Amino acid sequence: MAVNYIYPEYEVVRNYDRCIACRVCERQCANEVHEYLKDIKKMVADDSKCVNCHRCVSLCPTRALKIVKTDHTFKENANWSGKSIQEIYKQAEGGGVLLSSMGNPEKYPVYFDKILLNASQVTNPSIDPLREPMETKVLLGSKAQNIERDENGRIKKVMPPHVELSVPVMFSAMSYGSISYNAHESLARAASELGILYNTGEGGLHEDFYKYGKNTIVQVASGRFGVHKAYLNSSAAIEIKMGQGAKPGIGGHLPGAKIVGDISKTRMIPEGSDAISPAPHHDIYSIEDLRQLVFSLKEATGYTKPVIVKIAAVHNVSAIASGIARSGADIIAIDGFRGGTGAAPTRIRDHVGLPIELALASVDKRLRDEGIRNNVSLVVAGSIRSSADVVKAVALGADAVYIGTAALIALGCHLCRSCHTGKCNWGIATQKEELVKRLNPNLGYKRLVNLITAWKHEIKEMMGGMGINSIEALKGNRLMLRGVGLNEKELEILGIKHAGE
Amino acid sequence: MCSGLSQRSNRVRGKGCLSMQYVIIGNSTAAVGAVEAIRRNDKEGSIVIISNESHHVYSRPLISYLLLGKTDEHRMKYRGDNFYRDNKCELMLNKTAVRIEPEKKQVILDDGTSVSYDKLLVCTGSSPFVPPMPGLDEVKNKFTFYTLDDARALDNVLKENMKVLIVGAGLIGLKCAEGISKKNVEITCVDLAPKVLSSILDEESSAIVKGHLEEHNIKFYLKQQIAKFEGNIAYLSDNTEIEFDVLVLAVGVRPNISLIKDIGGKTNRGIIIDERCRTSIPDIYAAGDCSESIDISSEEAKVMALLPNAYMQGECAGMNMSGVDFVFDKAFPMNSIGLFGLHIMTAGTYTGEVYSDSEQKNYKKLFYSNNRLNGFILIGNIEKAGIYTSLIRERTPLDTLNFELICKMPGLMAFSRKTRAEKLGGIKNESIGA
Amino acid sequence: MKRVYVNEKWCLGCHLCEYYCAFASTGGKDMALVLKDIEISPRIRIEEMDGISFAVSCRHCDEPFCVKGCITGALSKNDGIITIDKEKCIGCYTCVLSCPYGAVQPSDDGAIQKCELCIKTHAGVPQCVLGCPNGAIVFEERGA
Repeated sequence: MAVNYIYPEYEVVRNYDRCIACRVCERQCANEVHEYLKDIKKMVADDSKCVNCHRCVSLCPTRALKIVKTDHTFKENANWSGKSIQEIYKQAEGGGVLLSSMGNPEKYPVYFDKILLNASQVTNPSIDPLREPMETKVLLGSKAQNIERDENGRIKKVMPPHVELSVPVMFSAMSYGSISYNAHESLARAASELGILYNTGEGGLHEDFYKYGKNTIVQVASGRFGVHKAYLNSSAAIEIKMGQGAKPGIGGHLPGAKIVGDISKTRMIPEGSDAISPAPHHDIYSIEDLRQLVFSLKEATGYTKPVIVKIAAVHNVSAIASGIARSGADIIAIDGFRGGTGAAPTRIRDHVGLPIELALASVDKRLRDEGIRNNVSLVVAGSIRSSADVVKAVALGADAVYIGTAALIALGCHLCRSCHTGKCNWGIATQKEELVKRLNPNLGYKRLVNLITAWKHEIKEMMGGMGINSIEALKGNRLMLRGVGLNEKELEILGIKHAGE
Repeated sequence: MCSGLSQRSNRVRGKGCLSMQYVIIGNSTAAVGAVEAIRRNDKEGSIVIISNESHHVYSRPLISYLLLGKTDEHRMKYRGDNFYRDNKCELMLNKTAVRIEPEKKQVILDDGTSVSYDKLLVCTGSSPFVPPMPGLDEVKNKFTFYTLDDARALDNVLKENMKVLIVGAGLIGLKCAEGISKKNVEITCVDLAPKVLSSILDEESSAIVKGHLEEHNIKFYLKQQIAKFEGNIAYLSDNTEIEFDVLVLAVGVRPNISLIKDIGGKTNRGIIIDERCRTSIPDIYAAGDCSESIDISSEEAKVMALLPNAYMQGECAGMNMSGVDFVFDKAFPMNSIGLFGLHIMTAGTYTGEVYSDSEQKNYKKLFYSNNRLNGFILIGNIEKAGIYTSLIRERTPLDTLNFELICKMPGLMAFSRKTRAEKLGGIKNESIGA
Repeated sequence: MKRVYVNEKWCLGCHLCEYYCAFASTGGKDMALVLKDIEISPRIRIEEMDGISFAVSCRHCDEPFCVKGCITGALSKNDGIITIDKEKCIGCYTCVLSCPYGAVQPSDDGAIQKCELCIKTHAGVPQCVLGCPNGAIVFEERGA
């Protein structure tokens, strides 16, 4: 190929005054960007291979490296961006669907950033979380519908199964296969230490991790990979995955090359066979069908575990949620369009779905309007980036949130969005042994524990400032929220007032 | 325990609660090993050290480095100035023990006085051996090269451009040659053996060393004997005449065993000791160059006049003298010497099959049989040689490791993952890591 | 007694420990200035082959053959740490011949060098441990 249409996106800038040619960059780059030239005793770099994951930058002991975006440009064009042009080159060359990883990076509004929290002044004293008790614990599950009494007039205890979280944050579904064994171990151990839950995703559960069952959500998805009775019963809760925010309406495809060893065993499919999760569940075409699966799973686990139904936020999300709330499910999880993925078609990821803030507000309202909000707990996902996002989500009506990307970032992910290459330099989204070992779960789980512990402190501080001392009292408390720069329709959907009102 | 030394802790006191009297004849490496071991177990007992020299304990092998200027008399002290005080030792300098009276448990000194002991350690070392040579008595400037006093005396007479004749191309002779080379003297070396360092090198390796020394202007007459001296001319057996100003006699050494031999203790070339460094006479121990013990690489009894062995035997003796059962059964020959920048390491016995790998001045030969490494010779590249040494010391079965790999390069890589985990401590880490 | 322990399961073979070690022993302020254009001679060294790698440094043995065999008394063990008195060492390398781990090396200055747990330069905080990106080298108390 004589003409190279693609100009490298990043430049590896090396300060030769600081480079001591220790070669750690070369040894640590799975993309083979760096190379040591023995003859001239110098390091060189091939920019075209760089994915900007910062592994070399982070490990360079003399800070001799940085990665910059190239300033090489096309002729200025407000319509045809360099990115659009390059994508056409790529497709013209390869003829394939563009693949991407992690969440939608495009410039859509981030509603969390247009919502402000309230604080108490004078008339409504704030609470100092260091001096006064502050409850961050939440219970997820269906609430008892009405009070029943026995023949003696005593109240009958009929409480549906629940899960308890020490903070309203869980690690969202990431399968063993899409992420590494060590990443899974880090999540499982952190959830266990924190008193929260992590989620197996649709990859089954490695037998080593059954011991973390009390903190595990096991997923049942359209491929049914790795699902069996012991798997279901090992868990704290079961999640039926109907959809994923990063790729609504799309199934999953883990290539056969990655179905090796323990992964094949855990997924219960032969080595080398593609793991294809169909776009729909082929046995679910209605809420009634869904109800059958919900109750099958409850039957299989003796009605001891709450069942979660997870959907992607799409246009008619509130109607769908209303149906799910009547299906016997205990928890609805809604994944917004910024949710992450190990691999998705770029066009789907970047152009399908709804912002989670709007989906959450409309679902919460719809369920309340229909008087079925207590049937279910609401968990939201799709780019919860900080404790402030958690507080805002809870005030918009969520019972808890899922974090995926944030957890991976805590483990070292630098959001280079190259998961689909399988060469994650941080040992997270890879199955290559030499890369997987880069994530030592002894260190990884502590970083996750630190993150959630820090968020918990921050959540308490923000609640204290509002004069609120429990998550329960914050939930759906939209008076604590004000919009900035939002139009009336947006405010209406969010159910909040504009700042100043 | 990480070493081959085994230890059982059943302390017994010789005489009830009375304080012990330890006497050590000799004031070198083995004596220090014994003192340090005794003081680990017995802080109170008295320790008397009898030395026929007049010096604070110094390292004998350093005398050549002293002449070379790489060390000085202060730095060559084997232990610090406060060694005797800190360890509560009574040091008797310039006294020679002439007799042991085991029935009375006392040592008679050359001044007629006696020192009584509960436990006695004989670490009298060895003495240079000078074979009879016609005309030797008339040679004026003749020296041995064994003690600090020898080195000082030699240093005093050496002047630039002098001709020095060294008889003996063994360790002592060659280290002496290196030591005095700085003085700009002409050095000639004569040895009866056909090769240099004949006791520790094979032919090929010896040739490399000889070539290297010749590059540094040392002249050799090998397979030659001195027929006679006439004034300052030596005549070799083939009538070669060698003129010299200074003569150094470094033919060999003999263990000083008379104290034990005279009272009927078992001796051979050296004083025979068991793996607890006991002689055949109760309460008398021996250690170091004067003793003879089992070489584990050949399973033969040998005098192994090496500093590391001396220390470890002294330590073993000290432990047992102070009531702790302690075994040292890991003795084998090993030498590490540098000559004009060329490093030579040898260990064990040169029997069995051979792995060899050499390139110019880098030379490697490993000797093995019956699934064990018996010995090795390394010249030049001596990196990680201790790993080979440990295979000899521990009698490691070679089929438990990647022998092919370890032959090429010594390293822990050749061991099993499990062994490595034990050696580097990771095994516990893995259990922590879940 | 805190010691350096190595777990090859987590060693990435990145060799950073060697560089942090080499830098630590210089006592310099900026690694780029100190280690620029030189061949480092660290006290901790990586062995690697076929995807296996691990760092080796002095184990500070209970029965230290290097100390017992040292012909000058330059090596000594105090408070569990084996140190080298470079003034006394004459570079005979008997310790190199004695060390079962290959953890003692000839040094550029003619003496030998070995890990001294950074007690002379960093108040006993081993810099290899701090520099290891993956917790493969730890410095901890593990009882016996």
